[in-house]
Amino acid sequence: MATAILQPVGNGQAQASQSTRPVRWHIAIFLAPALTIYTLLMALPLAETFRLAFFRGAAHDREYAGLANFRVLILDERWAAQFWNALANSIWFFSIHLLVMIPLAVLLAALLSVRGLRAAGLYRTAIFMPTMLSFVIIGFVWKLILSPLWGVAPTLLAAVGLESLFQPWLGKEQYALTALGFISVWQYVGIPMVLSYAAMLAIPAEVLEAAEVDGITGLAQFFRIRLPLLWPTIGVITILTFVSNFNSFELVYTAQGVLAGPNFSSDILGTLLYRTLFGAQLQLGDPHMGATVATMMFLIVLMVVCGFLFFVQRKLVRYQF
Amino acid sequence: MSKHKLSLKILGLLTAGLSVTAGAAPVTLTIESWRNDDLAIWRDQIIPAFEKQHPDIKVRFAPTAPTEYNAALNSKLDAGTAGDLITCRPFDASLELYKSGRLAALNELKGMENFAPVAKAAWSTDDSKVTFCVPIASVIHGFIYNRDAFAKAGVSPPTTEGEFFDVLSKLKGKLRLVPLAMGTKDGWETASMGYQNIAPNYYKGEEGRRALLAGKAKLTDPQFVEPFRLLAKWKPYLATGFEAQTYPDSQNLFTLGRAAVYPAGSWEIASFNKQAKFPMGAFPPPVAKAGDKCFISDHPDLGLGLNTKSPHAAQAKVFLEWVASKEFAALYSNALPGFFSLNKAPVELRDPLAKEFLTWRSKCESTIRPTYQILSRGTPNLENEFWVVGAGVINGTLTPEAAAQRLQKGLSSWYKPAQ
Amino acid sequence: MSAARDNFSGNHFVAHAILAFFSVLALAPIAIIVMNAFKSRDAIFGAPLEPPTTGTFDLIGFRTVFANGNFDAYFMNSFSVTLVALGGTILFGSMAAFALSEYKFKLNSLTALFFTMGIMVPIRLGTPGILELMVASGLVNTRTALVLVYIAQGLPMAIFILAEYMRTVSDDLKNAGRVDGLSEYVIFFWLVLPLLRPAMVSVAVFTMIPMWNDLWFPLILAPGEDTKTLTLGAQAFIGQDVTDWNSVLAALTLSILPVLALYLVFSKGLIRGITSGAIK
Repeated sequence: MATAILQPVGNGQAQASQSTRPVRWHIAIFLAPALTIYTLLMALPLAETFRLAFFRGAAHDREYAGLANFRVLILDERWAAQFWNALANSIWFFSIHLLVMIPLAVLLAALLSVRGLRAAGLYRTAIFMPTMLSFVIIGFVWKLILSPLWGVAPTLLAAVGLESLFQPWLGKEQYALTALGFISVWQYVGIPMVLSYAAMLAIPAEVLEAAEVDGITGLAQFFRIRLPLLWPTIGVITILTFVSNFNSFELVYTAQGVLAGPNFSSDILGTLLYRTLFGAQLQLGDPHMGATVATMMFLIVLMVVCGFLFFVQRKLVRYQF
Repeated sequence: MSKHKLSLKILGLLTAGLSVTAGAAPVTLTIESWRNDDLAIWRDQIIPAFEKQHPDIKVRFAPTAPTEYNAALNSKLDAGTAGDLITCRPFDASLELYKSGRLAALNELKGMENFAPVAKAAWSTDDSKVTFCVPIASVIHGFIYNRDAFAKAGVSPPTTEGEFFDVLSKLKGKLRLVPLAMGTKDGWETASMGYQNIAPNYYKGEEGRRALLAGKAKLTDPQFVEPFRLLAKWKPYLATGFEAQTYPDSQNLFTLGRAAVYPAGSWEIASFNKQAKFPMGAFPPPVAKAGDKCFISDHPDLGLGLNTKSPHAAQAKVFLEWVASKEFAALYSNALPGFFSLNKAPVELRDPLAKEFLTWRSKCESTIRPTYQILSRGTPNLENEFWVVGAGVINGTLTPEAAAQRLQKGLSSWYKPAQ
Repeated sequence: MSAARDNFSGNHFVAHAILAFFSVLALAPIAIIVMNAFKSRDAIFGAPLEPPTTGTFDLIGFRTVFANGNFDAYFMNSFSVTLVALGGTILFGSMAAFALSEYKFKLNSLTALFFTMGIMVPIRLGTPGILELMVASGLVNTRTALVLVYIAQGLPMAIFILAEYMRTVSDDLKNAGRVDGLSEYVIFFWLVLPLLRPAMVSVAVFTMIPMWNDLWFPLILAPGEDTKTLTLGAQAFIGQDVTDWNSVLAALTLSILPVLALYLVFSKGLIRGITSGAIK
């Protein structure tokens, strides 16, 4: 089996010279450590989790349940309300990143790559910094800042005469998730910024100089030259953001607790999964329904990623230099 | 390779032999707990008292952060790395551990006779045949207040519902203080310190709770809805922005002297004593009319069980026997004022605030939190729902009636009591 | 041309203003943590925005942290686990990426797809299975368990980035090596691996942060006192009833420093790595 896999494929001339070589063991050896660790510690445990979605009952008398768990999750009122709520919230959470984080990241990257700008490295480091903090810190500090009692946010707003705008954002159903979205943007904007910045640096100077000769400078240059060259990078960023948003749970968990309050208004798929799989206060963990939620999440992410790759990425022109 | 294995085997035999011959070498027991707040007390007061009597047994208290305790404990039990002694949450979480063979039955343990059946109920099977944790402590709900603030406002602790709101509005009018220190952000306070604190007076404690279990009463009945109506009236007395006020925020608000009344659980006493710089008092949940019988939530909170996989079961049992003793009861309740021993033997408490809470046991009838036994076994989870609707009622986003309906609808969807 | 230059200084002013604004926005919350870590409890809540003064300066938090936790041991655990896992991720990731980008063989794209799946699912979902495996192999409560899990977690992204990058590396060197009769191993370890340095830096930055900050696997797989990591150790100060804010802030402040140091070490290479095609 292994030998068959490692047989060279191909045709024509190359085939003639290669087919004299027997088995290319080095391929197997190069792949072995990564494949072993990844398969044992990630792929198989995940497959086991997904398998549990098709069973029910306690550990000792588990029985095959077919698609019953999925039917319950999607249709049964007791579960479905939570599931659809979490899905809608996840979409909103992602939308904030899509509409705020990515444009902001591109803007910052464009500013960083203004030619001859001093201290660009300093700005980059500063803006990248929140990305590296643990969620324990982020949840804690933002709760403190947004707390109506200790007054960081109210004091700051009062300083600019806008105290009336203050709301206990994290405690209001209509604002909580949006506020968390912005905190997440604050935390993560550094990554897409750095990626777009690098992509902009990769634009050859001749292209920009040619544009300048044609009198295309400033904003016009950004929109007509740089941005079009940036689309592939933005595409990759979008998809990575989507995947991480649909899997995230830490921020909501540390800031809003395991019930993702108020009234589940900040419940995203990740927190629903955690609560179902590992339990909450008096709610005991349910491995089967937990696995069902996990499988649904995986399917959603897979579908969107495939859709993206087939329909969007294909239309984007990859500029090669 | 095989040589290596062999030498390992020999080494293993040797060490095994050594440990048998050196049987007197002390064994170390590890206690799993979510009470990292109590780390210093276990380490400096409780454990040394035990080790003095049993020099051959060493004990280590190894707590996990409370939010992660259940998940981490389950994994550690699966992995075989859990400690010898397991701190037991009340009711289902521990029952599940017993059913899956993680916790040992302790019926035969010496000292179990020191506990009344009601104390053992939280750690017994539904038919109460098997008990699997030694009951340690219960917590009592009520209100802790700032005596200075009350004196300044010229009010005294209320005993009835009417007086309660009277006191609050006086506090609000006269002092620039927050009358009530509670937020709705974390949700659970609205259930534990809100509803489950004041409601037993209306549904008559155990009587109402048992009726609910038997399916003879509904959460939409007036005695269960009325407490929500009262909670809805708390709103004007909370701090501005209470919707985003967390549990630690409320604690800080009160202990820094910026709030007058704190809807409490007795477990706060130890830390409040340490942090508050003003004298404190406590009063039980007010009754509807003067002269009404009063009920308090006196909830079993914490027990200690034996990990079935413990390699030192014999020594662990020695420790558990000690935990079941009167000596431990006195030591524990005084080291951790506010955690009241469940031991039948009366304990002399030194802390005045804890003493005050304890006097309610003789004046009022005790009951446990209504959601803990059996009723939180299904989906939607009743306790979780109480957190959510409690916050909703206080925030004003949910009417008391709608809250009760939501709870009952959720409960009926899976709970079919034997009638 | 001169008009363009003038325009530039105007541009520079706007750019500085916007970038400075966002830099402050990014750093202020961190500053609040660090500042308050040095204050007394009353002062933290009395005036959270004020820097510590002689009246409010207090090291109680740091004292508690150092008295109660084995902080140096926790730090060493975090550091060694992160470093070894990072090394493993990069080495094994490079080898796999080389195999996938260099050779044509059956199942090549299938293998690549198999690895890519890992980007889409958080490894945490496999916890029960991972735990079972660790129990069976007796690795529970060892740092090895964490290292292995973090390598598995880091590999998909690492392979993705490294394989993309390798496609941009010219073939001439490798072919010259082959003409000289070097084995594939020599070609990889001596000729290709050194060229990957820029991409490795991006991999390092992106996979290191989640490893360092992870709370979950240390809690599940290695909660023992001897194997506790810094993030888990800091968690011990967040209690059920009363939160010891001084200690929490002090512990958090301490845990920021190492990541910051590691970032500064890698940051020079980061942009270079990304620019040279590591992620496009």
